[in-house]
Amino acid sequence: MRRSLSVAVFSGLLAVSALAGCGGSDSGSGDKGDDGTITLGFSQVGAESGWRTANTKSIQESAAAAGIKLQFSDAQGKQENQITALRSFITQKVDVIAFSPVVTSGWDAVLKEAKDAGIPVILTDRAVDSQDDSLYESFLGSDFKVEGQKAGEWLLKEYEGKSEPVNIVELQGTTGSAPAIDRQTGFGDAIKANPNFKIVKTQTGDFKRADGKTVMETFLQSTPDIDVLYAHNDDMGLGAIEAIEAAGKKPGTDIKIITVDAVKDGMTALADGKINFIVECSPLLGPQLMDIAKKVNAGEKVEKRILTEETTFTQEQAKTELPNRKY
Amino acid sequence: MNSIVKNRLFWPAVILVVLLVVNAFTSNQFITVQNGHLFGSLIDILRGSSALILVALGMTLVIATGGIDLSVGAVMAISGAVACLLIQDLPNQNAIGPVLGVVAVAIGVSLVMGLWNGSLVAIIGVQPIIATLILMVAGRGIAQLITDGQIINVQSGPYATIATGFFLGLPVAFLIAAAAVALILLLTRRTALGLLLESVGGSPTASRLAGIGARRITIMVYVVAGGFAGLAGLIYSANIKSADSISAGNLIELDAILAVVIGGTALIGGRFSIAGTVIGAILIQTLSVTVVAIGIPPEANLLFKAVVVVALCLSQSPDFRAKVFGRFKTRQAVAA
Repeated sequence: MRRSLSVAVFSGLLAVSALAGCGGSDSGSGDKGDDGTITLGFSQVGAESGWRTANTKSIQESAAAAGIKLQFSDAQGKQENQITALRSFITQKVDVIAFSPVVTSGWDAVLKEAKDAGIPVILTDRAVDSQDDSLYESFLGSDFKVEGQKAGEWLLKEYEGKSEPVNIVELQGTTGSAPAIDRQTGFGDAIKANPNFKIVKTQTGDFKRADGKTVMETFLQSTPDIDVLYAHNDDMGLGAIEAIEAAGKKPGTDIKIITVDAVKDGMTALADGKINFIVECSPLLGPQLMDIAKKVNAGEKVEKRILTEETTFTQEQAKTELPNRKY
Repeated sequence: MNSIVKNRLFWPAVILVVLLVVNAFTSNQFITVQNGHLFGSLIDILRGSSALILVALGMTLVIATGGIDLSVGAVMAISGAVACLLIQDLPNQNAIGPVLGVVAVAIGVSLVMGLWNGSLVAIIGVQPIIATLILMVAGRGIAQLITDGQIINVQSGPYATIATGFFLGLPVAFLIAAAAVALILLLTRRTALGLLLESVGGSPTASRLAGIGARRITIMVYVVAGGFAGLAGLIYSANIKSADSISAGNLIELDAILAVVIGGTALIGGRFSIAGTVIGAILIQTLSVTVVAIGIPPEANLLFKAVVVVALCLSQSPDFRAKVFGRFKTRQAVAA
């Protein structure tokens, strides 16, 4: 009895959802383009770091500025939440969907649904590993490999014309994550140009300040002379600075430090001379995203891969830029 | 001699000594004096393990009563967040009095968190793993609310001293942990409290019938565990002079449980060993440092740690020892 009841309830629910689906698509086609405003459904990874919060803010502010109606959804770091959000965007018949995928795999099915519904999809910040790149219009984000290369190129210039050996230690990001892998490869490729450069120790600091400090302490104990530290993000570099100071050395002078990100804390340390060079990895994708959204909505063709506008900072540049840093 | 080898703590201690010897060879300075205080990789290990010692100490008491506390990492995050938020607003961050006040508030908040856990377990009767899971998940959210999702930086000398300062040549953080260990040893081994804890862990019902306030003791251990976790959170956040509510104490509950188990305390409650927990905690920290010092590639870090832990657990199992060494002994006898 009880079982048949639950079956009945379940099939009832199915019927209702199927009806809702039909109704949605009927009315959806009707109100699309009524008043000309674009509705953008955006699914964010979560709020796991200051970088991410700045990313969210940028998207919200530039949507308002561009007159785009934003449907914002926070996936709280879970792929299933994100898939649910994308499905609800599809049933709501938004004009454009944009999202930062939590993980790289498992998107084909839901992207296919969006494609079938005729809604263009834009990826931001992180890529997906789908074989079929017709499932999305464009991928807007940083090239982590280029970031690593920029860091390496600065170092090459810094030691130009000098012949002494340079011992480099590296603080990697989370093992296996795309930014950690690419920032390592990019940097490694760039410094091959100078045979004096040698990465003597490399270890993960998990993108965290405390881990950066602990690992750097051990580097300092187990490696006789370190000339350069390359950290995959500002936070690990900031932790390492504490360790270097505790060991009685001067960060930025005794050990040259290069980091990636350029968040406010990192820029402050750069302006104070404790870091030597920062490669920017900008969270401010908002304005570019809104441009792309308008273009794809108008049916224009956009590039499959669009790079975020990013720069690098020396200590001098940091001093002028610091007052404008919002994140 | 034989009784020493058979002691549960013999093998953990041996592995700890081996790891320390490895570190003595890989490091430039294992232990020396610099700027009037001790310095070197041994000191780094002691300083780095103090937060884990504190958390594991609280965990030992909770586990002794047959419970478990998964929320310690979240409490660490909350305590650090509260402290940094308040210090940030101080007119003079380098004044010792107000900073001590802030520390007291942060510890107070942590004790309240512990009281919440204890009440759920002892009064409402929620399973400890579920009761503390609630705070484990919600607590990190609370910490992020406090810091507004950002990393709060402070520039307070007195606050940083908690983690990076030295007193009588020794790191302050380690002295705090040592004092906590001494206090708990005194309370559990010189008073009847230890016996009461073990009896509650052995059988709460029998203890209650024997006239022991099992409920009160259970609440107390969670409050103590909360307080120690709060203290550990202050050490963590003072170490980096900022409140990082996302990574502070992340997964430390598992390290703490491991430290307790290495130390020979059974997860079902009852008998417990404070000294064992301390050895376990220092061992885990030494292992992390050794991985970096000998240059194990990051991809293989966890594997290396797992191999050491498995070897350790096997060495502690009487059945395993009997099978391996027992056979070895009989062969020897035959050969002789």
